[in-house]
Amino acid sequence: SITGACQAIQKLTRVRVVDNSALGNTPYHRPPKCIHVYNKTGVGKVGDKILLAIKGEKKKALIVGHKMPGPTMTPRFDSNNVVLIEDNGNPIGTRIKTPIPYILRQREGEFSKVLAIARNFV
Amino acid sequence: CRASSDGKPEKFQPPPKPVIIDKQKQRAERRFLSPEFIPPRGRTDPLKYYMERKDMIQRRKVFNIPEFYVGHVLAVTTADPYANNKSNRFVGICIQRGGKGLGATFVLRNVIEGQGVEICYELYSPRIQAIEVLKLEKRLDDNLMYLRDALPEYSTFDMNMKPVPHLDDEEVRVNKLQVRMKPKPWSKRWERPKYNIKGIKFELPESKMKEAQKWSQPWLEFDMLREYDTSKIEEQIWKELNEELKK
Repeated sequence: SITGACQAIQKLTRVRVVDNSALGNTPYHRPPKCIHVYNKTGVGKVGDKILLAIKGEKKKALIVGHKMPGPTMTPRFDSNNVVLIEDNGNPIGTRIKTPIPYILRQREGEFSKVLAIARNFV
Repeated sequence: CRASSDGKPEKFQPPPKPVIIDKQKQRAERRFLSPEFIPPRGRTDPLKYYMERKDMIQRRKVFNIPEFYVGHVLAVTTADPYANNKSNRFVGICIQRGGKGLGATFVLRNVIEGQGVEICYELYSPRIQAIEVLKLEKRLDDNLMYLRDALPEYSTFDMNMKPVPHLDDEEVRVNKLQVRMKPKPWSKRWERPKYNIKGIKFELPESKMKEAQKWSQPWLEFDMLREYDTSKIEEQIWKELNEELKK
């Protein structure tokens, strides 16, 4: 069987944590990897929740940008960016310096706390 | 008043009119036909391209799309329902222009807070509210995709950059900048002759450059089936454009 082409973020993709949480920023000999995507398809795009394996722990995270080109007028980032999140949707960090796409504002209800700590929007 | 030799008042003679030499009109009119007007090579009915061109001209009458090439620094304001003040401004260097007809796109790249961001905009989208050219500068290549593998300083542009002044009648200057790259591996093997890139300062050893030349296809430039002469089509479209825009 042939695996489908890799699109955006799926299981075993290495991601980059962009908030200023302790878990995300302390160095570890293994990069944080995605182990599950909470989606009908196993492919995560901007605004999807994923399960991350960081420093031997499992943590949920929100995708804020990926390397795959999306619809026109949406930004495409040079790295797969992710923000660490609790089960109820509260972000763990207190600031997000990297730019966040405006599309996330559409689901203001779920991501209001993450958008509140974001500094730059694209 | 001048006293004449006759003693009678002289008829008023106006001073000689200053002759204004308008250098802009004297120099040859610079023609620029946007690449998305030129129809691609194929067997489709030219009526389709004619209808698309009519729509493109309609849009251009309402909204000014300035002349720009790959390598220019542009600031685009789009209407965004989810942004503050409903509008969103992005400044970046144009790395490629693709698509023909109404679906013509251009990709702007910038590095914000250490994160590289690229946005692909559609030229004729009604969501775009303004396009300003901040810096007019052509580069040595048509496609600056290698900026992704170059050092981030070559793609950083200040969001509040002031427009660099440029005289209308001068030629758009070509910046012969040789960009330095990050260490390999790159997203594409830019040293290969297929990409024909002149704007990178390759710091690779000679052996690697020679090995890359193995993939050169010198017969491609002489291939007659790939020839597409657009000069006559361009003349036609230029005349059509000018007629429609004058109306």
